[in-house]
Amino acid sequence: MRLAATDLTLERGTRLIFSHLSFSLESGEALAVTGANGAGKSSLLRALAGLLRPISGTIELSPRSDMPRAEAIHYLGHMDALKGVLTLRENLVFWSAMLAAAPGGIEIGEALQRFGLKSVADLPAAYLSAGQRRRAALARLLLAPRPVWCLDEPLTALDLASQTLLREVMREHLAGGGLVVAATHAPLGLAAHELDMGGKMDGEP
Amino acid sequence: MSATQRGPSPLKALFAREWRIGRRVGGTGSMGVVFFLILVSIIPFAVGPDLVLLARIGPALLWIAALLATLLGLDRLFQGDDDDGSLDLLLMSETPLEAVVLVKCLVHWLLTGVPLVVATPVFSVMLGLEPQAIFGVTISLLAGTPALTLIGAIGAALTVGFGRGGLLLAILILPLCVPVLIFGVSAAQAASGGAVPFLTPFMILLALSLAALAAAPFAAALALRQARI
Repeated sequence: MRLAATDLTLERGTRLIFSHLSFSLESGEALAVTGANGAGKSSLLRALAGLLRPISGTIELSPRSDMPRAEAIHYLGHMDALKGVLTLRENLVFWSAMLAAAPGGIEIGEALQRFGLKSVADLPAAYLSAGQRRRAALARLLLAPRPVWCLDEPLTALDLASQTLLREVMREHLAGGGLVVAATHAPLGLAAHELDMGGKMDGEP
Repeated sequence: MSATQRGPSPLKALFAREWRIGRRVGGTGSMGVVFFLILVSIIPFAVGPDLVLLARIGPALLWIAALLATLLGLDRLFQGDDDDGSLDLLLMSETPLEAVVLVKCLVHWLLTGVPLVVATPVFSVMLGLEPQAIFGVTISLLAGTPALTLIGAIGAALTVGFGRGGLLLAILILPLCVPVLIFGVSAAQAASGGAVPFLTPFMILLALSLAALAAAPFAAALALRQARI
């Protein structure tokens, strides 16, 4: 599996986010997307996930170019996509059904166990801490197996143990032939290509 | 692990999720019917105890109250999913967005429209309506409220991401709801006698609901896609 972006240009409204960006990623490789706030990291991930249409350029998944995005890509945005009034388990049951286009993921109980959420599984998601909600969002990645993971700041709000756990999960995914594209400020902690989107604060030289 | 073990189908799971969210505390499920009750019960105080007048304007009052009660929670139809990032995942999903919209509308109608229809016979008595008129209002609301929800879904999809889109939503969809209101009220009034046979406006009301059912999921899905992608 190979993910290639060629000559990508993105605009939001009339504002140019970035232009002529190219990269390619093979099975088992990770890409850390870095850059200042507002450099376009999230926009790039949204474009990869098919949630933003590039002005020009292509994003290709080969050799399976016919594979729909929905079966190929997991997108983890800033938000955790959890409903506060539903319990964690209910949230995951829903996403597991919604994502289960390709079977072969792990059980919900197993995913909860893996991310240390077993004891809070039956609490409404609104009662949980930001880190616990983030872990629940990460558990979604394991419910349905998909080759490409687009993670927007996956380490946010996670404690050290959870960060280690996430690295372990990502390593397993890569070892299984998966791809990871992660926008991040902190080092990912695994062998990864780096894509610096640049960007600087106003007033900086 | 096989596909059959993975629990309910996506749309069933979506239905269950929307239903639970609507029913739990903080959901908009019971809000509409309470609002309806408040409106209908204060009107006799404002209009005065003139039973003839109340009976004459009753069907129209009930319809207006139903329209406003339906509008009340409608801006949350997609906004909640936009706020917490669920909408992105629903957009990416294999399940057609049109079907997702339809399921969300169905749950909204079951939790808002149906309670209104059930409550109407009781509230009609407060307005001094005759039995035929009560029947007329109830059956016309049953036929017309799906159109209100579905038309409202288009507005909700267009205003998603606007923050406080509630007012804009009302401005966008109220003109589209006017035909439903006109034929709903005339069906209700025709039921209690008059020159027009009951079936004429009632059939048009049904047609409006069916047309909304056919068009609204596509229009709303298109609006959601345009807004995000």
